[in-house]
Amino acid sequence: MTALLETRGVWQRFGGLVANSDVSISVGRGEIVGLIGPNGAGKSTLFNLIAGVLPPTQGSIWFDGEDVTNLPAAERCQRGVGRTFQVVKSFETMTVIDNVIVGALVRNTVMREARRKAHEVLEFTGLAARANVLASDLVPAEKRRLEVARALATEPKLLLLDEVLTGLTPTEAQTGVALVRKVRDAGITVLMVEHVMEIVMPLVDRAIVLDLGKVLVEGKPAEVVRDPKVIKAYLGDRHAVGA
Amino acid sequence: MDKNFAARRRRDLIIAAVLAALAALAPLFVKNVYIQNILVLTLMYAALSQSWNILSGYCGQISLGHALYFGIGAYTTELLFTKFGVLPWFGMLAGGGIAAVIAMGLGYPFFRLRGHYFVIATIVIAEIGLLLFQNWEWAGAALGITIPVRGDSWLKFQFMRSKLPYFYFALALCCLAWFVTWWLEDSKWGFWWRAVKDNPEAAESLGVVVFNSKMGAAAVSAFLVAIGGAFYAQFLAYIDPESVMGFQFSLLMALPAVLGGIGTLWGPVLGAAILIPMTELTRSYIGGSGRGVDLIVYGTLIVLISLALPQGLVSLFSRSKAKGATR
Repeated sequence: MTALLETRGVWQRFGGLVANSDVSISVGRGEIVGLIGPNGAGKSTLFNLIAGVLPPTQGSIWFDGEDVTNLPAAERCQRGVGRTFQVVKSFETMTVIDNVIVGALVRNTVMREARRKAHEVLEFTGLAARANVLASDLVPAEKRRLEVARALATEPKLLLLDEVLTGLTPTEAQTGVALVRKVRDAGITVLMVEHVMEIVMPLVDRAIVLDLGKVLVEGKPAEVVRDPKVIKAYLGDRHAVGA
Repeated sequence: MDKNFAARRRRDLIIAAVLAALAALAPLFVKNVYIQNILVLTLMYAALSQSWNILSGYCGQISLGHALYFGIGAYTTELLFTKFGVLPWFGMLAGGGIAAVIAMGLGYPFFRLRGHYFVIATIVIAEIGLLLFQNWEWAGAALGITIPVRGDSWLKFQFMRSKLPYFYFALALCCLAWFVTWWLEDSKWGFWWRAVKDNPEAAESLGVVVFNSKMGAAAVSAFLVAIGGAFYAQFLAYIDPESVMGFQFSLLMALPAVLGGIGTLWGPVLGAAILIPMTELTRSYIGGSGRGVDLIVYGTLIVLISLALPQGLVSLFSRSKAKGATR
Protein backbone atom coordinates (compact mmCIF):
# COMPACT_ATOMS: atom_id res chain seq x y z
CA MET A 1 0.00 0.00 0.00
CA THR A 2 1.26 3.46 -0.83
CA ALA A 3 1.92 5.99 1.88
CA LEU A 4 -0.89 8.39 2.74
CA LEU A 5 1.40 11.38 2.55
CA GLU A 6 4.67 11.79 0.75
CA THR A 7 6.90 14.77 0.13
CA ARG A 8 9.39 14.28 -2.68
CA GLY A 9 12.50 16.44 -2.68
CA VAL A 10 10.70 19.46 -1.32
CA TRP A 11 12.53 22.79 -1.19
CA GLN A 12 11.31 26.05 0.18
CA ARG A 13 13.30 29.25 -0.05
CA PHE A 14 12.32 32.61 1.37
CA GLY A 15 14.64 35.01 -0.41
CA GLY A 16 18.11 33.91 0.64
CA LEU A 17 16.84 31.73 3.46
CA VAL A 18 16.43 28.03 2.78
CA ALA A 19 13.72 26.79 5.14
CA ASN A 20 13.42 23.29 3.69
CA SER A 21 16.03 21.64 1.53
CA ASP A 22 15.35 18.41 -0.28
CA VAL A 23 12.90 17.08 2.31
CA SER A 24 11.47 13.67 1.46
CA ILE A 25 9.29 12.12 4.11
CA SER A 26 6.40 9.72 4.06
CA VAL A 27 3.59 8.99 6.47
CA GLY A 28 1.80 5.65 6.32
CA ARG A 29 -1.87 5.08 6.97
CA GLY A 30 -2.80 4.79 10.64
CA GLU A 31 0.55 6.03 11.93
CA ILE A 32 1.25 8.71 14.48
CA VAL A 33 4.37 10.43 13.23
CA GLY A 34 6.23 13.08 15.19
CA LEU A 35 8.03 15.86 13.37
CA ILE A 36 10.59 17.28 15.74
CA GLY A 37 13.62 19.48 15.66
CA PRO A 38 15.10 22.57 17.27
CA ASN A 39 13.74 26.06 16.66
CA GLY A 40 14.13 27.20 13.08
CA ALA A 41 14.55 23.65 11.78
CA GLY A 42 11.82 24.22 9.18
CA LYS A 43 9.04 22.18 10.82
CA SER A 44 6.36 24.82 10.49
CA THR A 45 7.34 25.59 6.91
CA LEU A 46 7.08 21.93 5.97
CA PHE A 47 3.71 21.83 7.72
CA ASN A 48 2.44 24.78 5.74
CA LEU A 49 3.64 23.18 2.52
CA ILE A 50 1.76 19.99 3.34
CA ALA A 51 -1.38 21.92 4.32
CA GLY A 52 -1.20 23.97 1.12
CA VAL A 53 -0.73 27.43 2.61
CA LEU A 54 2.01 28.00 0.04
CA PRO A 55 3.43 25.96 -2.84
CA PRO A 56 6.98 24.63 -2.46
CA THR A 57 9.76 26.29 -4.44
CA GLN A 58 10.67 22.87 -5.80
CA GLY A 59 9.58 19.28 -5.34
CA SER A 60 6.17 17.68 -5.05
CA ILE A 61 3.69 16.64 -2.41
CA TRP A 62 1.57 13.52 -2.78
CA PHE A 63 -1.53 12.78 -0.77
CA ASP A 64 -3.54 9.60 -1.01
CA GLY A 65 -1.84 8.64 -4.26
CA GLU A 66 -2.36 11.99 -5.97
CA ASP A 67 -0.09 14.94 -6.67
CA VAL A 68 -1.51 17.81 -4.61
CA THR A 69 1.49 20.15 -4.96
CA ASN A 70 -0.47 22.89 -6.65
CA LEU A 71 -3.78 22.56 -4.82
CA PRO A 72 -4.81 25.39 -2.49
CA ALA A 73 -5.44 24.74 1.20
CA ALA A 74 -9.23 24.56 0.90
CA GLU A 75 -8.98 21.93 -1.80
CA ARG A 76 -6.58 19.84 0.29
CA CYS A 77 -9.00 20.00 3.17
CA GLN A 78 -11.68 18.61 0.90
CA ARG A 79 -9.32 15.78 -0.05
CA GLY A 80 -8.82 14.93 3.61
CA VAL A 81 -6.03 17.01 5.11
CA GLY A 82 -7.02 18.60 8.44
CA ARG A 83 -4.78 20.92 10.42
CA THR A 84 -4.39 23.00 13.54
CA PHE A 85 -2.34 26.15 13.93
CA GLN A 86 0.60 26.73 16.21
CA VAL A 87 -0.74 30.17 17.05
CA VAL A 88 -4.40 29.39 17.73
CA LYS A 89 -6.74 30.80 15.10
CA SER A 90 -10.25 30.43 16.50
CA PHE A 91 -13.21 32.25 14.98
CA GLU A 92 -13.41 34.53 17.99
CA THR A 93 -16.81 36.09 17.43
CA MET A 94 -18.44 32.69 16.92
CA THR A 95 -19.48 30.13 19.50
CA VAL A 96 -17.61 26.86 19.95
CA ILE A 97 -20.28 24.87 18.13
CA ASP A 98 -20.37 27.38 15.26
CA ASN A 99 -16.58 27.14 14.94
CA VAL A 100 -16.89 23.39 14.53
CA ILE A 101 -19.85 23.63 12.14
CA VAL A 102 -17.62 25.54 9.69
CA GLY A 103 -15.42 22.45 9.54
CA ALA A 104 -18.35 20.06 9.39
CA LEU A 105 -19.76 21.85 6.33
CA VAL A 106 -17.01 20.39 4.16
CA ARG A 107 -18.74 17.01 4.10
CA ASN A 108 -22.27 17.91 5.16
CA THR A 109 -24.15 20.32 2.97
CA VAL A 110 -27.39 20.07 4.93
CA MET A 111 -27.19 22.35 7.98
CA ARG A 112 -28.92 19.92 10.32
CA GLU A 113 -26.39 17.20 9.53
CA ALA A 114 -23.44 19.58 9.87
CA ARG A 115 -24.75 20.61 13.27
CA ARG A 116 -25.17 17.01 14.36
CA LYS A 117 -21.67 16.17 13.19
CA ALA A 118 -20.33 19.18 15.10
CA HIS A 119 -22.01 18.01 18.31
CA GLU A 120 -20.56 14.55 17.82
CA VAL A 121 -17.07 16.01 17.47
CA LEU A 122 -17.54 18.18 20.56
CA GLU A 123 -18.50 15.06 22.53
CA PHE A 124 -15.46 13.27 21.16
CA THR A 125 -13.09 16.07 22.12
CA GLY A 126 -14.68 16.76 25.49
CA LEU A 127 -15.88 20.24 24.63
CA ALA A 128 -19.61 19.50 24.62
CA ALA A 129 -20.24 21.46 27.81
CA ARG A 130 -18.73 24.56 26.20
CA ALA A 131 -20.72 24.35 22.95
CA ASN A 132 -22.51 27.67 23.32
CA VAL A 133 -19.64 29.70 24.71
CA LEU A 134 -17.92 32.25 22.49
CA ALA A 135 -14.55 31.00 21.29
CA SER A 136 -12.96 34.17 22.68
CA ASP A 137 -14.08 33.11 26.18
CA LEU A 138 -12.24 29.79 26.16
CA VAL A 139 -9.07 29.22 28.19
CA PRO A 140 -5.92 28.47 26.13
CA ALA A 141 -6.08 24.69 26.60
CA GLU A 142 -9.69 24.66 25.42
CA LYS A 143 -8.79 26.77 22.41
CA ARG A 144 -6.19 24.19 21.45
CA ARG A 145 -8.81 21.50 21.78
CA LEU A 146 -11.22 23.54 19.66
CA GLU A 147 -8.58 23.68 16.90
CA VAL A 148 -8.45 19.89 16.95
CA ALA A 149 -12.25 19.60 17.06
CA ARG A 150 -12.67 21.93 14.10
CA ALA A 151 -10.15 19.98 12.06
CA LEU A 152 -11.75 16.64 13.03
CA ALA A 153 -15.13 17.91 11.89
CA THR A 154 -13.76 18.03 8.34
CA GLU A 155 -13.40 14.23 8.63
CA PRO A 156 -9.73 14.18 7.61
CA LYS A 157 -7.70 11.17 6.62
CA LEU A 158 -4.59 12.97 7.83
CA LEU A 159 -4.55 15.30 10.80
CA LEU A 160 -1.69 17.78 11.06
CA LEU A 161 -1.16 18.91 14.64
CA ASP A 162 1.07 21.94 15.05
CA GLU A 163 2.37 22.07 18.63
CA VAL A 164 -1.00 21.29 20.20
CA LEU A 165 0.67 20.06 23.39
CA THR A 166 3.11 22.93 23.81
CA GLY A 167 2.50 25.37 26.64
CA LEU A 168 -0.02 23.19 28.44
CA THR A 169 0.13 22.16 32.09
CA PRO A 170 1.17 18.50 32.64
CA THR A 171 -2.44 17.49 33.31
CA GLU A 172 -3.72 19.29 30.22
CA ALA A 173 -0.94 17.72 28.17
CA GLN A 174 -1.93 14.25 29.37
CA THR A 175 -5.53 14.91 28.30
CA GLY A 176 -4.14 16.07 24.96
CA VAL A 177 -2.09 12.89 24.55
CA ALA A 178 -5.17 10.80 25.31
CA LEU A 179 -7.09 12.73 22.67
CA VAL A 180 -4.42 12.15 20.02
CA ARG A 181 -4.52 8.40 20.76
CA LYS A 182 -8.29 8.46 20.48
CA VAL A 183 -8.01 10.21 17.12
CA ARG A 184 -5.67 7.54 15.83
CA ASP A 185 -7.95 4.79 17.15
CA ALA A 186 -10.71 6.39 15.12
CA GLY A 187 -8.62 5.56 12.05
CA ILE A 188 -7.07 8.95 11.39
CA THR A 189 -3.39 9.27 10.55
CA VAL A 190 -1.58 11.90 12.62
CA LEU A 191 1.47 13.99 11.80
CA MET A 192 2.43 16.17 14.72
CA VAL A 193 5.01 18.88 15.18
CA GLU A 194 6.15 19.06 18.74
CA HIS A 195 8.83 20.71 20.80
CA VAL A 196 8.49 18.83 24.05
CA MET A 197 10.29 15.54 23.46
CA GLU A 198 9.26 13.75 26.64
CA ILE A 199 5.57 14.14 25.78
CA VAL A 200 5.83 13.24 22.11
CA MET A 201 8.19 10.32 22.24
CA PRO A 202 5.95 7.86 24.08
CA LEU A 203 3.06 8.85 21.84
CA VAL A 204 4.45 8.53 18.32
CA ASP A 205 5.14 5.40 16.29
CA ARG A 206 7.91 7.08 14.36
CA ALA A 207 9.84 10.31 14.68
CA ILE A 208 11.34 12.45 11.96
CA VAL A 209 13.97 14.94 13.10
CA LEU A 210 14.50 18.07 11.03
CA ASP A 211 17.53 20.27 11.46
CA LEU A 212 18.54 23.29 9.39
CA GLY A 213 15.82 22.47 6.90
CA LYS A 214 16.96 18.90 6.25
CA VAL A 215 15.85 15.50 7.49
CA LEU A 216 18.47 14.60 10.06
CA VAL A 217 17.28 11.26 11.40
CA GLU A 218 14.16 9.16 11.05
CA GLY A 219 13.13 6.13 13.09
CA LYS A 220 11.63 4.64 16.23
CA PRO A 221 11.39 7.24 18.99
CA ALA A 222 13.64 5.30 21.35
CA GLU A 223 16.41 5.13 18.73
CA VAL A 224 16.01 8.69 17.63
CA VAL A 225 16.48 10.20 21.09
CA ARG A 226 19.74 8.28 21.53
CA ASP A 227 21.14 9.23 18.15
CA PRO A 228 24.25 11.40 18.60
CA LYS A 229 23.28 13.58 15.64
CA VAL A 230 19.98 14.45 17.30
CA ILE A 231 21.61 15.20 20.63
CA LYS A 232 24.10 17.38 18.85
CA ALA A 233 21.39 19.29 17.03
CA TYR A 234 19.52 19.97 20.23
CA LEU A 235 22.30 20.42 22.74
CA GLY A 236 25.50 21.06 20.83
CA ASP A 237 28.74 19.14 20.20
CA ARG A 238 29.88 18.69 23.77
CA HIS A 239 26.89 16.55 24.70
CA ALA A 240 27.11 14.47 21.55
CA VAL A 241 30.57 13.29 22.44
CA GLY A 242 29.34 12.04 25.79
CA ALA A 243 26.58 10.00 24.16
CA MET B 1 -29.05 22.58 22.47
CA ASP B 2 -30.35 22.05 18.99
CA LYS B 3 -33.82 22.61 20.24
CA ASN B 4 -32.83 25.96 21.71
CA PHE B 5 -31.17 26.94 18.49
CA ALA B 6 -34.24 26.08 16.44
CA ALA B 7 -36.39 27.92 18.98
CA ARG B 8 -34.31 31.06 18.67
CA ARG B 9 -34.52 30.96 14.89
CA ARG B 10 -38.27 30.55 15.09
CA ARG B 11 -38.56 33.36 17.63
CA ASP B 12 -36.64 35.73 15.37
CA LEU B 13 -39.00 34.88 12.55
CA ILE B 14 -42.09 35.46 14.70
CA ILE B 15 -40.77 38.78 16.02
CA ALA B 16 -40.08 39.89 12.45
CA ALA B 17 -43.57 38.88 11.31
CA VAL B 18 -45.18 40.78 14.21
CA LEU B 19 -43.06 43.88 13.57
CA ALA B 20 -43.83 43.78 9.85
CA ALA B 21 -47.56 43.46 10.59
CA LEU B 22 -47.42 46.40 13.00
CA ALA B 23 -45.49 48.46 10.47
CA ALA B 24 -48.08 47.61 7.81
CA LEU B 25 -50.75 49.09 10.06
CA ALA B 26 -48.84 52.30 10.68
CA PRO B 27 -50.43 54.26 7.79
CA LEU B 28 -53.82 53.86 9.52
CA PHE B 29 -52.56 56.12 12.26
CA VAL B 30 -50.02 58.25 10.45
CA LYS B 31 -51.80 60.59 8.06
CA ASN B 32 -49.15 63.27 8.04
CA VAL B 33 -47.34 63.10 4.69
CA TYR B 34 -44.11 64.38 6.14
CA ILE B 35 -44.03 61.59 8.74
CA GLN B 36 -45.01 59.07 6.07
CA ASN B 37 -42.04 60.23 4.07
CA ILE B 38 -39.75 59.61 7.03
CA LEU B 39 -41.22 56.13 7.45
CA VAL B 40 -40.56 55.29 3.80
CA LEU B 41 -36.95 56.44 4.08
CA THR B 42 -36.46 54.59 7.34
CA LEU B 43 -37.67 51.33 5.82
CA MET B 44 -35.59 51.88 2.74
CA TYR B 45 -32.40 52.52 4.68
CA ALA B 46 -33.15 49.56 6.94
CA ALA B 47 -33.32 47.39 3.80
CA LEU B 48 -30.16 48.93 2.34
CA SER B 49 -28.24 48.59 5.56
CA GLN B 50 -29.38 45.01 5.95
CA SER B 51 -28.03 44.30 2.46
CA TRP B 52 -24.78 46.14 3.15
CA ASN B 53 -24.46 44.08 6.31
CA ILE B 54 -24.25 40.86 4.29
CA LEU B 55 -20.93 41.81 2.70
CA SER B 56 -19.53 44.13 5.33
CA GLY B 57 -21.03 42.76 8.53
CA TYR B 58 -21.17 39.02 8.02
CA CYS B 59 -18.32 38.62 5.58
CA GLY B 60 -16.27 41.45 7.11
CA GLN B 61 -15.41 43.23 3.85
CA ILE B 62 -16.14 46.83 4.82
CA SER B 63 -17.45 48.69 1.80
CA LEU B 64 -17.89 52.45 1.73
CA GLY B 65 -18.76 52.38 -1.94
CA HIS B 66 -22.19 50.79 -1.98
CA ALA B 67 -23.61 54.06 -3.34
CA LEU B 68 -22.32 52.74 -6.67
CA TYR B 69 -24.74 49.80 -6.63
CA PHE B 70 -27.54 52.02 -5.40
CA GLY B 71 -26.93 54.38 -8.32
CA ILE B 72 -26.64 51.53 -10.80
CA GLY B 73 -30.05 50.24 -9.69
CA ALA B 74 -31.54 53.72 -10.09
CA TYR B 75 -29.95 54.46 -13.46
CA THR B 76 -30.58 51.06 -15.00
CA THR B 77 -34.26 51.30 -14.14
CA GLU B 78 -34.72 54.84 -15.40
CA LEU B 79 -32.62 54.49 -18.52
CA LEU B 80 -34.51 51.37 -19.51
CA PHE B 81 -37.81 53.09 -18.74
CA THR B 82 -37.18 56.43 -20.46
CA LYS B 83 -35.16 55.17 -23.42
CA PHE B 84 -36.76 51.80 -24.12
CA GLY B 85 -40.07 51.85 -22.28
CA VAL B 86 -39.15 48.88 -20.12
CA LEU B 87 -41.35 48.68 -17.02
CA PRO B 88 -39.55 49.63 -13.77
CA TRP B 89 -40.19 46.14 -12.37
CA PHE B 90 -38.00 44.60 -15.03
CA GLY B 91 -35.56 47.50 -14.85
CA MET B 92 -35.25 46.87 -11.15
CA LEU B 93 -34.26 43.24 -11.67
CA ALA B 94 -31.93 44.18 -14.50
CA GLY B 95 -30.33 46.80 -12.25
CA GLY B 96 -29.90 44.22 -9.51
CA GLY B 97 -28.32 41.79 -11.94
CA ILE B 98 -25.96 44.39 -13.40
CA ALA B 99 -24.95 45.56 -9.92
CA ALA B 100 -24.24 41.98 -8.86
CA VAL B 101 -22.09 41.37 -11.93
CA ILE B 102 -20.20 44.63 -11.41
CA ALA B 103 -19.70 43.81 -7.72
CA MET B 104 -18.12 40.51 -8.70
CA GLY B 105 -16.07 42.12 -11.45
CA LEU B 106 -14.72 44.63 -8.94
CA GLY B 107 -14.29 41.93 -6.33
CA TYR B 108 -12.02 39.99 -8.62
CA PRO B 109 -9.10 42.39 -8.19
CA PHE B 110 -10.11 44.08 -4.94
CA PHE B 111 -10.85 41.06 -2.74
CA ARG B 112 -7.12 40.48 -2.78
CA LEU B 113 -6.78 43.66 -0.75
CA ARG B 114 -7.13 43.51 2.99
CA GLY B 115 -8.50 45.82 5.65
CA HIS B 116 -8.11 49.53 5.06
CA TYR B 117 -6.88 49.07 1.52
CA PHE B 118 -10.11 47.38 0.56
CA VAL B 119 -12.16 50.17 2.14
CA ILE B 120 -10.19 52.83 0.27
CA ALA B 121 -10.64 50.95 -3.01
CA THR B 122 -14.43 50.85 -2.54
CA ILE B 123 -14.57 54.62 -1.90
CA VAL B 124 -12.45 55.37 -4.94
CA ILE B 125 -14.43 53.10 -7.26
CA ALA B 126 -17.72 54.65 -6.19
CA GLU B 127 -16.31 58.12 -6.83
CA ILE B 128 -15.17 57.06 -10.30
CA GLY B 129 -18.68 55.73 -10.96
CA LEU B 130 -20.13 59.05 -9.87
CA LEU B 131 -17.79 60.98 -12.20
CA LEU B 132 -18.61 58.70 -15.12
CA PHE B 133 -22.32 59.31 -14.71
CA GLN B 134 -21.78 63.05 -14.31
CA ASN B 135 -20.13 63.08 -17.72
CA TRP B 136 -22.20 60.51 -19.58
CA GLU B 137 -24.33 62.55 -21.99
CA TRP B 138 -26.63 59.73 -23.02
CA ALA B 139 -27.55 59.13 -19.38
CA GLY B 140 -28.33 62.80 -18.85
CA ALA B 141 -24.90 63.69 -17.44
CA ALA B 142 -25.03 66.05 -14.46
CA LEU B 143 -28.60 67.13 -15.32
CA GLY B 144 -29.94 63.67 -14.68
CA ILE B 145 -33.18 62.12 -15.82
CA THR B 146 -36.69 63.27 -15.10
CA ILE B 147 -39.07 60.35 -14.98
CA PRO B 148 -42.08 61.15 -17.16
CA VAL B 149 -45.40 61.12 -15.30
CA ARG B 150 -47.72 58.50 -16.75
CA GLY B 151 -50.36 58.48 -14.03
CA ASP B 152 -50.58 56.45 -10.86
CA SER B 153 -50.21 52.76 -11.48
CA TRP B 154 -48.62 49.68 -9.95
CA LEU B 155 -47.66 48.55 -13.42
CA LYS B 156 -45.42 51.57 -13.91
CA PHE B 157 -44.70 51.77 -10.19
CA GLN B 158 -45.49 55.46 -10.11
CA PHE B 159 -47.69 57.27 -7.59
CA MET B 160 -48.15 61.00 -7.41
CA ARG B 161 -51.11 61.30 -5.09
CA SER B 162 -50.10 59.10 -2.21
CA LYS B 163 -46.95 57.85 -0.53
CA LEU B 164 -48.61 54.67 0.67
CA PRO B 165 -47.70 52.39 -2.24
CA TYR B 166 -44.06 53.41 -1.79
CA PHE B 167 -44.40 52.75 1.90
CA TYR B 168 -45.60 49.22 1.29
CA PHE B 169 -42.93 48.52 -1.27
CA ALA B 170 -40.22 49.78 1.09
CA LEU B 171 -41.68 47.58 3.82
CA ALA B 172 -41.66 44.56 1.51
CA LEU B 173 -38.06 45.27 0.50
CA CYS B 174 -37.06 45.58 4.12
CA CYS B 175 -38.76 42.26 4.91
CA LEU B 176 -37.05 40.66 1.93
CA ALA B 177 -33.57 41.86 2.95
CA TRP B 178 -34.20 40.74 6.52
CA PHE B 179 -35.50 37.36 5.44
CA VAL B 180 -32.59 36.76 3.07
CA THR B 181 -30.21 37.54 5.94
CA TRP B 182 -32.14 35.30 8.32
CA TRP B 183 -32.08 32.49 5.83
CA LEU B 184 -28.40 32.88 4.94
CA GLU B 185 -27.39 33.14 8.57
CA ASP B 186 -28.03 29.45 9.09
CA SER B 187 -26.63 28.28 5.78
CA LYS B 188 -23.24 27.20 4.53
CA TRP B 189 -22.72 30.70 3.14
CA GLY B 190 -23.50 32.37 6.43
CA PHE B 191 -21.00 30.22 8.27
CA TRP B 192 -18.40 30.66 5.57
CA TRP B 193 -18.78 34.44 5.69
CA ARG B 194 -18.36 34.67 9.43
CA ALA B 195 -15.36 32.36 9.27
CA VAL B 196 -13.79 34.50 6.55
CA LYS B 197 -14.37 37.62 8.63
CA ASP B 198 -12.85 36.16 11.79
CA ASN B 199 -9.86 34.39 10.30
CA PRO B 200 -9.42 33.79 6.58
CA GLU B 201 -6.40 31.53 7.00
CA ALA B 202 -8.19 29.20 9.42
CA ALA B 203 -11.26 29.28 7.19
CA GLU B 204 -9.18 28.19 4.21
CA SER B 205 -7.77 25.26 6.22
CA LEU B 206 -11.34 24.10 6.91
CA GLY B 207 -12.26 23.92 3.26
CA VAL B 208 -13.75 27.40 2.93
CA VAL B 209 -12.98 28.93 -0.45
CA VAL B 210 -12.40 32.45 0.84
CA PHE B 211 -12.44 34.21 -2.51
CA ASN B 212 -15.72 32.62 -3.61
CA SER B 213 -17.35 33.43 -0.27
CA LYS B 214 -16.51 37.08 -0.69
CA MET B 215 -17.77 37.07 -4.28
CA GLY B 216 -21.07 35.49 -3.20
CA ALA B 217 -21.56 38.01 -0.42
CA ALA B 218 -20.76 40.90 -2.76
CA ALA B 219 -23.25 39.70 -5.38
CA VAL B 220 -26.16 39.25 -2.96
CA SER B 221 -25.40 42.53 -1.23
CA ALA B 222 -25.12 44.55 -4.45
CA PHE B 223 -28.24 42.98 -5.93
CA LEU B 224 -30.42 43.99 -2.99
CA VAL B 225 -28.93 47.48 -2.76
CA ALA B 226 -29.61 48.05 -6.45
CA ILE B 227 -33.26 47.08 -5.95
CA GLY B 228 -33.30 49.79 -3.27
CA GLY B 229 -31.80 52.25 -5.76
CA ALA B 230 -34.45 51.45 -8.34
CA PHE B 231 -37.13 52.03 -5.74
CA TYR B 232 -35.59 55.35 -4.67
CA ALA B 233 -35.48 56.58 -8.27
CA GLN B 234 -39.19 55.87 -8.71
CA PHE B 235 -39.89 57.47 -5.35
CA LEU B 236 -38.06 60.70 -6.26
CA ALA B 237 -39.32 60.68 -9.88
CA TYR B 238 -36.09 62.44 -10.78
CA ILE B 239 -32.49 61.32 -10.58
CA ASP B 240 -29.10 62.85 -11.11
CA PRO B 241 -25.69 61.38 -10.24
CA GLU B 242 -25.31 63.17 -6.92
CA SER B 243 -28.82 62.33 -5.70
CA VAL B 244 -28.52 58.56 -6.23
CA MET B 245 -24.79 57.89 -6.21
CA GLY B 246 -23.37 60.43 -3.77
CA PHE B 247 -21.04 59.30 -1.00
CA GLN B 248 -23.70 60.01 1.64
CA PHE B 249 -25.58 56.88 0.54
CA SER B 250 -22.57 54.72 1.26
CA LEU B 251 -22.43 56.21 4.73
CA LEU B 252 -26.16 55.95 5.35
CA MET B 253 -26.03 52.25 4.50
CA ALA B 254 -23.10 51.60 6.82
CA LEU B 255 -24.14 53.71 9.80
CA PRO B 256 -27.39 51.97 10.81
CA ALA B 257 -25.67 48.57 10.76
CA VAL B 258 -22.70 49.87 12.71
CA LEU B 259 -24.83 51.61 15.31
CA GLY B 260 -27.34 48.80 15.58
CA GLY B 261 -24.77 46.02 15.63
CA ILE B 262 -22.59 45.09 12.67
CA GLY B 263 -22.85 41.50 11.51
CA THR B 264 -26.04 40.87 13.45
CA LEU B 265 -29.49 40.00 12.19
CA TRP B 266 -31.31 42.85 13.95
CA GLY B 267 -28.63 45.53 13.99
CA PRO B 268 -29.44 47.27 10.70
CA VAL B 269 -33.19 47.48 11.32
CA LEU B 270 -32.69 48.74 14.85
CA GLY B 271 -30.03 51.22 13.76
CA ALA B 272 -32.13 52.56 10.89
CA ALA B 273 -35.22 52.89 13.10
CA ILE B 274 -33.28 55.28 15.32
CA LEU B 275 -30.83 56.92 12.97
CA ILE B 276 -32.99 57.84 9.98
CA PRO B 277 -35.83 59.58 11.86
CA MET B 278 -33.12 61.33 13.89
CA THR B 279 -31.44 62.56 10.70
CA GLU B 280 -34.68 63.85 9.24
CA LEU B 281 -36.03 65.38 12.44
CA THR B 282 -32.86 67.19 13.42
CA ARG B 283 -32.66 68.55 9.91
CA SER B 284 -36.20 69.82 9.77
CA TYR B 285 -36.34 71.24 13.30
CA ILE B 286 -32.92 72.77 13.74
CA GLY B 287 -31.42 72.59 10.26
CA GLY B 288 -32.96 75.86 9.12
CA SER B 289 -30.46 78.04 10.91
CA GLY B 290 -27.94 77.36 8.16
CA ARG B 291 -25.21 76.93 10.70
CA GLY B 292 -25.14 73.14 10.65
CA VAL B 293 -26.51 72.78 14.17
CA ASP B 294 -28.48 69.72 13.04
CA LEU B 295 -25.30 67.99 11.92
CA ILE B 296 -23.60 68.79 15.20
CA VAL B 297 -26.48 67.30 17.20
CA TYR B 298 -26.67 64.33 14.87
CA GLY B 299 -22.95 63.68 15.00
CA THR B 300 -22.89 63.98 18.78
CA LEU B 301 -25.65 61.40 19.15
CA ILE B 302 -23.77 58.96 16.92
CA VAL B 303 -20.59 59.43 18.93
CA LEU B 304 -22.48 58.91 22.20
CA ILE B 305 -24.11 55.69 21.03
CA SER B 306 -20.83 54.32 19.74
CA LEU B 307 -19.06 55.15 22.99
CA ALA B 308 -21.75 53.67 25.21
CA LEU B 309 -22.45 50.58 23.11
CA PRO B 310 -19.49 49.69 20.93
CA GLN B 311 -21.12 46.38 20.03
CA GLY B 312 -24.16 48.21 18.73
CA LEU B 313 -27.65 48.67 20.08
CA VAL B 314 -28.47 44.96 19.79
CA SER B 315 -26.05 44.31 22.64
CA LEU B 316 -28.75 45.77 24.91
CA PHE B 317 -30.81 42.68 24.18
CA SER B 318 -28.03 40.16 23.99
CA ARG B 319 -28.06 39.13 27.65
CA SER B 320 -31.44 37.48 27.37
CA LYS B 321 -30.50 36.15 23.94
CA ALA B 322 -27.24 34.57 25.05
CA LYS B 323 -28.97 31.65 26.72
CA GLY B 324 -28.94 28.78 24.31
CA ALA B 325 -28.06 31.05 21.45
CA THR B 326 -25.49 29.85 19.00
CA ARG B 327 -23.78 33.13 18.62
